[in-house]
Amino acid sequence: MRVLWHELRAQQLLFWRSRELAFFTFLLPIGFFVLLGSVYGEDEIEGVKGSRYLLAGLLGYGVAATAFAGLSISLVIRREEGILKRLRATPLPPATAIAAMLGSTLVVYALEAVALIAIGRAFFDVPVPDRLLSLALVLLLGALTFAALGLALTAFIRSGEGSSAVVNAIYLPMTFISGSFFSPHSFPRALELIGEILPLTHFIRVVRYVLLEHGQIWSRPGAVSIVAAWGVGGAIVAIRYFRWEPREG
Amino acid sequence: MTAAAVSELRKAYGSFEALRGVTFEIHAGEVFGLLGPNGAGKTTTVEILAGYRRRDSGTASVLGEDPERAGSAWRERIGVVLQSSATYANLTVAESLRLFAGYYAKPRPVDEVVELVGLQDKRRARVRTLSGGQKRRLDLGLALVGDPELLFLDEPTTGFDPAARRAAWETIRSLRALGKTILLTTHYLDEAEQLCDRVAVLREGRLEAIGAPAELAGAEPATEIRYRREGERLLVRTEDPTRELHELTGRALAEGWRLEELEVRRPSLEEVYLSLTETERE
Repeated sequence: MRVLWHELRAQQLLFWRSRELAFFTFLLPIGFFVLLGSVYGEDEIEGVKGSRYLLAGLLGYGVAATAFAGLSISLVIRREEGILKRLRATPLPPATAIAAMLGSTLVVYALEAVALIAIGRAFFDVPVPDRLLSLALVLLLGALTFAALGLALTAFIRSGEGSSAVVNAIYLPMTFISGSFFSPHSFPRALELIGEILPLTHFIRVVRYVLLEHGQIWSRPGAVSIVAAWGVGGAIVAIRYFRWEPREG
Repeated sequence: MTAAAVSELRKAYGSFEALRGVTFEIHAGEVFGLLGPNGAGKTTTVEILAGYRRRDSGTASVLGEDPERAGSAWRERIGVVLQSSATYANLTVAESLRLFAGYYAKPRPVDEVVELVGLQDKRRARVRTLSGGQKRRLDLGLALVGDPELLFLDEPTTGFDPAARRAAWETIRSLRALGKTILLTTHYLDEAEQLCDRVAVLREGRLEAIGAPAELAGAEPATEIRYRREGERLLVRTEDPTRELHELTGRALAEGWRLEELEVRRPSLEEVYLSLTETERE
């Protein structure tokens, strides 16, 4: 427990010291919210005020940026540089190392969510969510699911230099198709169908339900189980294929 | 006392046999050198002993445990410096050492480690600003911060300038004086001669020779006497250098000729090593 706390604090220090990581995973979703909120925050989207609709989408973009993209890029880089291999020679248990990275990701995403909600309240007149327990649960589910998928993805990336290219190629289209920035109902039918498969679409749908319709997470078992199934799948792949050592040759 | 022992160690990567039955023992408190050309199996041996790789067959025991099955308690007692492993570039030297110290139950004080590896002036410097040699010293510091009994150093001075190598040798000597057992790999013969109590020479995954550096060099019986006489190079190999020299110098004095560039030497570890590792090369 002492070691977990020690490692969690180190992971936090490392995250905030890495300006690129902190910018792309923490500041960018906030920047998009301010930007898009200023552009069509006052419009009506699917019968709701644009800025309220956007907040839910950007909580989705935030989870993809933080838990999925940020985690997998930094892990691939650490693996290829030999940092993970070095850790394996210390008494730090592998499970503790992973738990600390997940914990650190949750901290960053929680701060991100609080910041997005606060900015929504301060600048775009978005009410503070009233179903806080449901919101916390769905955000936790999303963070764990996308972290598991991020861990799984590291197994398929071969080099540190290539990691952000591969990750961006997956997560940027995913955030678009899942409707982080616009309503997916305005998309062509094919894109909408792809969106139906993606976990982010269902995650954003549950967040919108909780935020906009004052619903509870347990009233949406279908979408919740699709997100969770992706998470379990990701965890299985991660456990099976996660590597601590750089790829040689 | 034995710190580590391997017997009939074998390891293949696909069709390449990196180790073909290697047996040796490392005594507690000694500096043990693994010598050999690239591809001889040095790094594979270290990685098996440090618990990174699984052997195909044979036995291995390190500090009384099988490294394949050893856990956190065992890792408290070892320190590893691999050839290429970075650390977090955004932390300072002191922060990196404190971070790693936190993984151990009984770490060595960070200030002591900083001093031991000679990074006092760089305590607050970010790792990304360190020179290559300073990074290697930090690598060593990170391996020492847990106060290990047994230290694995894979090519600890490769790429060092001569002054940095001397400094690293001093550090390794002081670690030996503290009672640490050290396994180091190197392809510098002078390094092995300077530092190692015993060396093992590997070639193509086999152990070619093992013993104290002087013993290995001494396995070659003859002393060489070289000199030039009227431009002609002469070499005498002898088992009895005292008599041979006495006769030679006596004759030279009596007959009035000079022994130009007179040299008396034992074959060095380097020559023994070259004859062990290069005879069958094309």
